Amino acid sequence: MAYLSDAELKELTQEERVKALGMTTEQLTGRSMAIEFDPEEEKRFTYPWAPDVDYNKRTEIDADNLTSTEVNTKLRSLMAEGYGSIVIRNPRGKHGLGVGILSRLNLIFEGSLGYFAIGLNDGPNVRINGRVGWSCGENMMSGSIVIEKNAGSTFGAAIRGGDLVCKGSVGSRTGIDMKGGTIIVGGDTGALSGFMMQRGRMIVCGNAGKNLGDSMYDGTIFIGGNIRSLGVDAVPAELTDLDKSWLIRKLGLYGMIPEKGIKHFTKIVAGKQLWNYDNLEPTEKKLIL
Amino acid sequence: MCGIAGIIHRGKTSGVGSEMTDMLQALKHRGPDSTGYAIYGGDGEGELIMRVKVAEREDMDKGSKIKFQIRDRIDQLEGIIREHATIKSKDQATDYALRYSLSINDKPTEMAATIEELEGVEILSLGRRLELVKDLGDAAEVATDYDLKSFNGTHAIGHTRMATESDVDIRSAHPYWAFPYNDISVVHNGQITNYWIMRREMERMGHRFMSNCDSELLAVYTAHNLTNGESLEESLTKSIHEIDGVFTYLVATRDELGMAKDTMAAKPLVLYESDDLIAMASEEVAIRSILPEEIDTYDPYDEEVRVWHT
Repeated sequence: MAYLSDAELKELTQEERVKALGMTTEQLTGRSMAIEFDPEEEKRFTYPWAPDVDYNKRTEIDADNLTSTEVNTKLRSLMAEGYGSIVIRNPRGKHGLGVGILSRLNLIFEGSLGYFAIGLNDGPNVRINGRVGWSCGENMMSGSIVIEKNAGSTFGAAIRGGDLVCKGSVGSRTGIDMKGGTIIVGGDTGALSGFMMQRGRMIVCGNAGKNLGDSMYDGTIFIGGNIRSLGVDAVPAELTDLDKSWLIRKLGLYGMIPEKGIKHFTKIVAGKQLWNYDNLEPTEKKLIL
Repeated sequence: MCGIAGIIHRGKTSGVGSEMTDMLQALKHRGPDSTGYAIYGGDGEGELIMRVKVAEREDMDKGSKIKFQIRDRIDQLEGIIREHATIKSKDQATDYALRYSLSINDKPTEMAATIEELEGVEILSLGRRLELVKDLGDAAEVATDYDLKSFNGTHAIGHTRMATESDVDIRSAHPYWAFPYNDISVVHNGQITNYWIMRREMERMGHRFMSNCDSELLAVYTAHNLTNGESLEESLTKSIHEIDGVFTYLVATRDELGMAKDTMAAKPLVLYESDDLIAMASEEVAIRSILPEEIDTYDPYDEEVRVWHT
């Protein structure tokens, strides 16, 4: 980095100052990517009490006349019997279905779900042939959830790992407080998406509402359409070749690569001027803020 | 928390009383304190329908004195009505709730203002299409008490209330009629933070409030705007910037149903729209209660305003 005097630094924009001082988010984002592609990565962790299920053993539950608790209890008892592929029919918008599953499972919902669907999960692969309400996949740790239609607000709140995919549009505050994993949206997302995001990546193929990435600590957001406005401390960054290859790979997994490709995507990262990061000395902070 | 729901049929009538009952019963967990309906029937050309309450439900547990008071209030009420209108029919669903069908001789505003001077008496709705019913209990109880399941009409809005900032009583229950403007009603989920400032402003302009519930402001505010020549869509759009707080609310007029969502989109609403039916509710489960087949629904975004016509 070429030496810049205090006077020269003051002439720069906030974003230029951050880059000039070598404090761009690229460093941290790069570290995230290294973990993502680490060939030495440990195999998926399994809980010692998790049932040993067989994907080829398949059964169905008709949820029409059952409460959410009854459906979830039935699900657990079927897993204990070794069923690894379970189809739930007629969920009819019930809340809290398929939550707290901490082992491998192939779970399919034929219909739409209500609030807090598939939350607190660590392992299952879930497909929902319908829509979901608010807070789908909240606190999910691994596995995948694929929704064929639209989703409500706070989609993937505090998600820590895995892939959360909505092929339609989602509501507001998508990925609020997310700490890892990937959120993919085929359509649009609402206001305050990525609010206080801490890690992980979000891909939105359509448009984003106002205050995108507001107060984000870290992580990366990719937007294919228009951004109504950026939130506090969210800044655009260069879409690198590594980003492009990752986008193609990830969207390709779910058959969601847009017709016009991904070169037009905008990348948004944290400006890192809002929170108290350990890698900044107090004098540096004083200089850039 | 509260639950709100709305339904509108385009170009036809349907059993909106039964449909709204199913929707509100599915939202019972969002608000068990009271349930309210604003249902639009008739052709708008017939007699004026007035729904009125002459006591609170909790008053009925305070001894026999209230029964004499109710009788006196009804006598006084009907005395005022007869000065302005002819009573064509009268129904009494409960001891404290009455429905009058009126052939009015002059402007209903004057009659309504006089009636509301009576202690303990409140007009719940007045209009040629609107019938507003609200009471404590869930939708199934209220629908049975007031015989709402057989009600046919074009559109309806409803509310299940979890009381937060005001009492558990009929006065604080939704929907709110926009006194004294015929056929306008409002349901709301959220909290209005500039309620007292706006209320003071409205009262200075001559509007009256019957409760301390912040949602009533939306009814008065909407009525004020419509009376000043604004369209429903204009009023809803303006409200997003003039009303502070978190809210999603529905407004029904004699032939429209509208929705508005605040700038933070903090309160939920799920929408289903087809060529002849639009249904909306705080939760998908309410829409599924009347449309069990697989359908496409979506969440409106922040600052979104929509208006549908019958």
